[in-house]
Amino acid sequence: MENLEKILANHPSLSDLDDKYIQLLVSCASNVVFKAGEYIFREGEPADNFYLIRHGRVLIEVNLPPKGSIIIRSREEGEIFGWSWLVPPYRWHFDAKAVELTRAIALDGKCLRGKCEADHDLGYEIMKRFVQIIAERLEATRLQLMDIYGNGK
Amino acid sequence: MAMANKNSINQLGIADNPVFTRQFRIIRKRTETYDTFSIDLVALDDIAVFDFEPGQFNMLYIFGIGEVPISISGDPENTGTLTHTIRKVGAVTRGIGGLKKGGYLGVRGPYGAGWPIKAAAGKDVIAVAGGIGLAPLRPAIYYLLAHREQYSRIILMYGARTPEDILYLRQLEKWQSLKDMTTLVTVDRALGDWRGNVGVVTTLVGRSSFDPSNCISMICGPEIMMRYTVLELEKHGVEEKDIYVSMERNMKCGIGLCGHCQIGPTFVCKDGPVYRYEQIRNQFLKREM
Repeated sequence: MENLEKILANHPSLSDLDDKYIQLLVSCASNVVFKAGEYIFREGEPADNFYLIRHGRVLIEVNLPPKGSIIIRSREEGEIFGWSWLVPPYRWHFDAKAVELTRAIALDGKCLRGKCEADHDLGYEIMKRFVQIIAERLEATRLQLMDIYGNGK
Repeated sequence: MAMANKNSINQLGIADNPVFTRQFRIIRKRTETYDTFSIDLVALDDIAVFDFEPGQFNMLYIFGIGEVPISISGDPENTGTLTHTIRKVGAVTRGIGGLKKGGYLGVRGPYGAGWPIKAAAGKDVIAVAGGIGLAPLRPAIYYLLAHREQYSRIILMYGARTPEDILYLRQLEKWQSLKDMTTLVTVDRALGDWRGNVGVVTTLVGRSSFDPSNCISMICGPEIMMRYTVLELEKHGVEEKDIYVSMERNMKCGIGLCGHCQIGPTFVCKDGPVYRYEQIRNQFLKREM
């Protein structure tokens, strides 16, 4: 678990988190590996985890019949994805697929929610960090909607 | 960049007449995307070379239809051929798009201020392009690669709407294969067979490694994209003084006389199109501008 602790403590989103909270995160963390083409989660499934990518690339997709899957975002090494574990009813809103061999740290959202309920200081620290991630996604989504390259197609 | 043949220029009167139109012939035309094409041109006069600075533009004239400002998109060291990449959006650009190999165009220029490629020597260079904004940046990248030893990191971040909208696909693949250059490409959205990045171009800034205290950033694309890219670069420590943007306005005369392209106290055709961001910031953020 020492390795996990180091990785979590060095992650930009968690780097200034108190050591005792890193320890708590480690107790909810595990290493996971996904093969190329493997779905990490599917829309509607329980959102029990979030992920920190150590290596590889993940595509966030939504199924839009009859077009099929539309890719709305990609995540890669060093990035965190998945925040539905924080928001009731704790179900994924999109699909996530590993596009190549992907190694990640999965953090058990259920476990972490419990720890945040028990220690609101931890809850606030986690919430502060995820609000930033969510705000970044919101801004990026708005820019996507604005069609900023403006070819008027 | 090679020096132009001054005697020939003087003989033709170009040196004394900044709006002199030269006749060029299309020697090559290629489709870039469904609405964008590139043309290679050679001059019909005795001047073999066409000198320009990366980031400058020409006024292209199609006989009987009109004139339009278009950035030069070719290699500044290949002065025998003039290259332009054009999106078909109006009567003139559609007219040029209708010309074939062997067709004629009037060209006057080059006009305006280019990218700060000399000032970037010894620094990391971050080029951020959106959509057809890659065209005015391409000459700068050609120059940087031709003088690779003068620069530290070279990073290109390019965003397009979909994979079908990506300009210079083969060129980008070639740049991606270079070990001494980082080329990141992203699209706003894609269908299931795409394996690359998805997200707006600003999301690439955090994925790149550069020294914010010793870099020059050059941004070209729609203004909304440039505004958000500036914010993202600043978030990562790049100072305003090190950020340059290329503005697009309705240029007509090309020499700062007619006033069509005025932004605040400056004329985009003469003082721009490339500006240091701090020079244009106040106008950049005003709706009326």
